[in-house]
Amino acid sequence: MAHALGQNEKTLTETGALRVSGRIGSVDPRVRILAAISFGIVVVGLSSLMTLSVALGLSMGLLLLSRLPLRPTLKRMAMMDSFIIFMLLLLPFTVPGDPIFTLWGATASWQGLWRGVEIALTANAVILALMTLVGTMEPVTLGHALHKLRMPETLVHLLMFTIRYIEVLREEYLRLRAAMKVRGFRPGTNWHTYRSFGYLVGMMLVRAIERSERILQAMKCRGFSGRIHLLQDFALTVADRRFVALFGGALLLLICLEIAWR
Amino acid sequence: MALIELEDIHISYPGQPAILAGAALQLLPGQRLSLTGPNGSGKSTLLRVILGLQAPQRGTIRAFGQPRTQEPDFHEVRRRIGLVFQDADDQLFCPTVAEDIAFGPLNLGKSKSEALEIVDRLLSDLRLTHLRDRITHKLSGGEKRLVTLATVLAMEPEVLLLDEPTNALDVKNEARLIEILQGLPQAILLVSHSAAFRAQITTAEVEIREGLVRPAGP
Repeated sequence: MAHALGQNEKTLTETGALRVSGRIGSVDPRVRILAAISFGIVVVGLSSLMTLSVALGLSMGLLLLSRLPLRPTLKRMAMMDSFIIFMLLLLPFTVPGDPIFTLWGATASWQGLWRGVEIALTANAVILALMTLVGTMEPVTLGHALHKLRMPETLVHLLMFTIRYIEVLREEYLRLRAAMKVRGFRPGTNWHTYRSFGYLVGMMLVRAIERSERILQAMKCRGFSGRIHLLQDFALTVADRRFVALFGGALLLLICLEIAWR
Repeated sequence: MALIELEDIHISYPGQPAILAGAALQLLPGQRLSLTGPNGSGKSTLLRVILGLQAPQRGTIRAFGQPRTQEPDFHEVRRRIGLVFQDADDQLFCPTVAEDIAFGPLNLGKSKSEALEIVDRLLSDLRLTHLRDRITHKLSGGEKRLVTLATVLAMEPEVLLLDEPTNALDVKNEARLIEILQGLPQAILLVSHSAAFRAQITTAEVEIREGLVRPAGP
């Protein structure tokens, strides 16, 4: 958990929400979520490589507009690629079609290759749009916006509690880990290490349960009756409407290109 | 009429010596009482008993002149007695400061605009308006403590129970907390290890020793 973050990083800060996120940052969060979803739906429906390239270009444009740092953002996008890389590499060998070359008796096909490229373009275009439109949001704002979009309350609260307590849990983990370190614990491949990590995880679970009980008590003390009210309100501005029009136009263009180039 | 009256409270966990063995406590209107005692002597437990968060094996709890035994009896008690928890992270669970303070009033059936009015009045009274839209998990330890106090005061309680409120406070924030508490009209029951802090807030002192509440002494 902690090793995924740098020395001075905290959870949920590297989303880019803390930085000023350019033009995109000022757009209504609800609009950004809906834009990302509709972009995803349209792009998944595209199949011509040319149109998909245009879609990826559009995502890149959003990235520039959002003023997210280029390198780290593209690196995170590449991290997503590592999840699908094996599927992409295997596709040419599994899809039948015109042969390109033969490797250890398996034949790679052009059809399979193009299919792989298509999936790679789709995935990257969508994830990049998601990162620039939704990922630049303060996580709490995302929760508020989802609530206003009529997302089921239970799910929103689950998200909000996660946002609230993930850092508390991480600090608890780091404290326990530090306590182990100062008593000379060095992880290795042995039973002592496995047992110690077992204790660590078990202790964190116990503490998390105890904390959740204290939180419930605190909620009861303030008359909790099963509902948590969220107060944030959003209002659409002229700039938001302009963004909707532009973005909708871009999506329409993608659909037209797809039909023309098919 | 006493605000809180505990009599003959017994609490023990299996296989361990009793934590409370016949403890009695009384808090009068306007009284500012501190409760001391060694670690694990049952101070926090006693506070939880008052609010019905933990049921004693034996004993009677009276609050505002009424005996309280069942869970529904304590709903009113929790509205009129505010507890500030030892760990601020346990108490602040809403996304933003304003939402956290409004949580109590909204539970009491206030409308959104009334709740927001309470939020703004309270924040300006405590001179914390700059924290209004901050995200609760990003507050500093001192800010968290002051905000937890605000969330409890939003219920407009008649009694305040404070459990180690100076935990994790620096000198400046502690002075700020003392100033706020001294200006409040509520009766206070304070659990604190800091003698200086107790002296600033409270006028009388009792001690838990061997499961009983006794007058503080050497």
